[in-house]
Amino acid sequence: MISTPHVDWLALSPPLALLGAAGLLLMVAVFVPRRMRMPVAAFVGFAGFVAAFVFAVVVAARSPHAQTLIHDSMFRDRWSALAQVLLAGSGAVAVLLSVGERWGDEHVAEYYALLTAAGAGMTFFVEAANLMTLFLGLEWFSIGLYVLTAIDIVLIGSLEAGLKYLVVGAVGSATLLFGSALVYGRSGQLAFDRIGASGHGHDAMFVVGLAMIIAGLAFKSSAAPFHMWTPDAYQGAPTPVTAFMASATKIAALVVSYRVLSSAFPQDAWLWRWTIAGIACASLAWGNIGALVQRNVKRILAYSSISHAGFMLIAVAAANQLGARALQYYLIPYAAMSLGAFAVVAARERELGVPVTLQNLAGFGWERPFLGVAMWTFMLGFLGFPLTGGFIGKFYVFAAAYDHGFWWLIVVGVVATMVSAYYYLGIVRAMYFRESADLTLAPSGGSPPREVLLSAGVTVCLVVTVGSFFAVQPLIDVARAAAHALPL
Amino acid sequence: MAHWLTTILLLVPLGGALLVSIAPLPAYWLGSLAALVSLVEVGFWIDAAGRFHFGDPSLQLDQRASWFSDLHVSWHVGQYAFSLWLVGMTVVVMAACTIYGWWVGRTRARLYFALMLLLTGAIVGVFTAQDLLLFYAFFEAMLIPLYVLIGVWGGPARMRATLTFVVYTVVGSLLMLAAIVAYGLHEHTFDLTQLPQRSSTWLFLGFVIAFAIKAPLFPFHGWLPDAYRESPPEVAAILSGVVSKAGLYGLLRIAIPKFPTVAHDWRVVLLVLASISLVYGSLLAFRAPDFRGVVMYSSLAQSGLIVLGLFAFDDLGFDGAVLQMVNHALISAALFLLAGMIERRTSTGELRLLGGMARGRPMLATVVMTTGIISLAVPLSTSFAGEFLILAGVFQQHWAWAVVGATGIVLAAMYMLRAISAVLHQDVGSAVPDAALDLRAGELAVVVPLVLCLVGLSAWPNLVSGHAFGAGHATQQVETGLSFPVGWTGYVPEAK
Repeated sequence: MISTPHVDWLALSPPLALLGAAGLLLMVAVFVPRRMRMPVAAFVGFAGFVAAFVFAVVVAARSPHAQTLIHDSMFRDRWSALAQVLLAGSGAVAVLLSVGERWGDEHVAEYYALLTAAGAGMTFFVEAANLMTLFLGLEWFSIGLYVLTAIDIVLIGSLEAGLKYLVVGAVGSATLLFGSALVYGRSGQLAFDRIGASGHGHDAMFVVGLAMIIAGLAFKSSAAPFHMWTPDAYQGAPTPVTAFMASATKIAALVVSYRVLSSAFPQDAWLWRWTIAGIACASLAWGNIGALVQRNVKRILAYSSISHAGFMLIAVAAANQLGARALQYYLIPYAAMSLGAFAVVAARERELGVPVTLQNLAGFGWERPFLGVAMWTFMLGFLGFPLTGGFIGKFYVFAAAYDHGFWWLIVVGVVATMVSAYYYLGIVRAMYFRESADLTLAPSGGSPPREVLLSAGVTVCLVVTVGSFFAVQPLIDVARAAAHALPL
Repeated sequence: MAHWLTTILLLVPLGGALLVSIAPLPAYWLGSLAALVSLVEVGFWIDAAGRFHFGDPSLQLDQRASWFSDLHVSWHVGQYAFSLWLVGMTVVVMAACTIYGWWVGRTRARLYFALMLLLTGAIVGVFTAQDLLLFYAFFEAMLIPLYVLIGVWGGPARMRATLTFVVYTVVGSLLMLAAIVAYGLHEHTFDLTQLPQRSSTWLFLGFVIAFAIKAPLFPFHGWLPDAYRESPPEVAAILSGVVSKAGLYGLLRIAIPKFPTVAHDWRVVLLVLASISLVYGSLLAFRAPDFRGVVMYSSLAQSGLIVLGLFAFDDLGFDGAVLQMVNHALISAALFLLAGMIERRTSTGELRLLGGMARGRPMLATVVMTTGIISLAVPLSTSFAGEFLILAGVFQQHWAWAVVGATGIVLAAMYMLRAISAVLHQDVGSAVPDAALDLRAGELAVVVPLVLCLVGLSAWPNLVSGHAFGAGHATQQVETGLSFPVGWTGYVPEAK
């Protein structure tokens, strides 16, 4: 008789909930009448993410000690559970933003099915404990995102963006797979902790494998020099998809990077610390300099996300408990700010019917006071100003770097922040310091109806962005509990 | 109650900002609400001053609660005697400027008044924060409302003004952030009353450059001309009156007490920069083509003078510097508001187009004359007292510094009298319409209290200078780090 492994269903519940929602949505696409399809699909998608959120919270509460499941292929610990909470939260907000998107009822259920499936892939990915589940999770959510990027075939550039993302993303996945093969070939182990214990630290083949795994993950976190798909994909994708990619993909990729590097490659720590520090510097430099010359707001935010990958990689490079805490904390306001900023862009886009540039943001802050103030807050948060969690996040990242002795990374981060002030405040300037009369656009005929759901999404993001500044202690306690799951 | 007072001083304007931004009221009532809040703030300050033990040099009215414990950061606010005076000048000037904005009827009132109150809270926060990270948070928070206040309600070249302003300020404050991270993490606390003294030149410079930009001090004053000229007058009044004091306060509270040996090593450099600011600023003020130019370069000069006092490392210097900070805040706020009032009547500030405004406008003439006379440190005025203390203090270092300072005072008389006579006297300028009114009741209500404060201080300057550092020696307190352990027994309350 074949012995079946014990399956811890609770630990798998967040991905399973989303997967269930995705399956249900495919049914909705077929069975629900056309005119009901949109609200039903959006509701099911939202419910799926909320269920995943609740399950992830339960898992986090009930997993004080890290354990592995199903022949060491998955982790059940607070590190992954907290990331799942953030992923599910981001997904739920992304659903709120998607409802008002102008596509008809043509493929609307399929859209939400893909969104929840990608979310399921990410929640699976962050639990990965060996190289197989790692690659499986990566491909799972990536394929969902490739299609989502290209889903709006009417949108100019959407298909192109999807193709670019697919090609570059495939290179990234292949690199990761190749690297995994090399590591497995040398160590003979798949599970991260056993690779770490196998003692092949300074072997050339092993190190090449490590480098390729870092590169593969850096493609997903859009860190320079593996970022080249980011501006095009962010610009071309429908804005709610961009919002989801910017927050959720970054969460998943960075959280997993921290785990893989610290548990599978502790012997090469000196090597990957310096590599990650180098990648962080490259991302900070490239992201900020690239953003300076952009006029399209989505592209600015894309470059800004590259630079933030740099900030968060500083925490990874520090490779200490403080750094792990810093990363988990940083992701909370970062996810909220990204989603919120893209939500505001989406609102403006729907209003004007053209891509949002700095030029046609003129007067937006006065016309839509709430969205204006929200966007302002998100920009200040990205910049790391007080009254937003971005400030505390940067402070923690710098503290982690200082703790490890990487003081020069603080200098790089500070210089990068100085540069970024130009374009973040440039967006504020575009919204407030110019009148709508400066807008050189034909009026598109009346203002669109107020979007309650989008405003609700922005409100949530605003509350998280500002709230994380005041409620640092509870959030840090959660992040500290998560960080204890890592062997640092 | 006493423990809550400082926190209340912070929460009143911040809560007011929130209230103004959501209250469903028309513009005029929003303005009156903001004015009311700013007056309530003054009331709380008077209460705080009444409860203050001026003989006690330790931190008072303080409140502390952990913010995040793993990096030892806390919400710790409180006031020393000199912080109390700086808070006082802040709330008075902010109230005057808020009421002026209300009187003028600024457009987009909701955002305007919310930002003014937010700014009030941020500045009070800078003067009361006793945790380094909290201090930084407030220091940065000042920038946001100022940026928008200049950018939205400013003059035609406001875009460039905001850009230079932000670039300078952000560069300075991020250098300070790096210094704060390195300092606080190394010492395992961010509490200013517990941080031990250090002798690191890098950390010292990180702080000093940020403060020198804010003050501003030569050669970090590049943002000043654009920002002061393009701001609405009440914002220029705030910038030069109170925001610049945040930089000077930083020198007094952090740079000197926490790095005394480095400060001693660098004092000649700082004194030289201060002297250059004083003389160069005065010369620029003398050459300035417009009334605002005179006032703004004179505030560069005054910053130099105050830094001379701080780096004299002498009781007289410290006392004089605090007194002069309060004086200059009131003077320059009044002058910038007067500049705004003149510009409203003539739509220009250019001195060659002005003139003869005293004739038929007694109120305007009296107020401008009084403020101007006090500002040029005529004997018996409060700024004479402040400047005299500073000069006496810096004389102990070397007589040459006192000579520079005295030169500055002579130059002050020259540029201020030139400006006054160009506005009030001489022939009637081409830009001055005959119909230009005298100061209205609303305008008088804004500037006269400021002038009355100045007159009061002229009668009793010792109120500030004699009660800025409690009993004992200012120098000793500053150089031991302004950190008094719990149970410090240097203060013996008088028996009643």
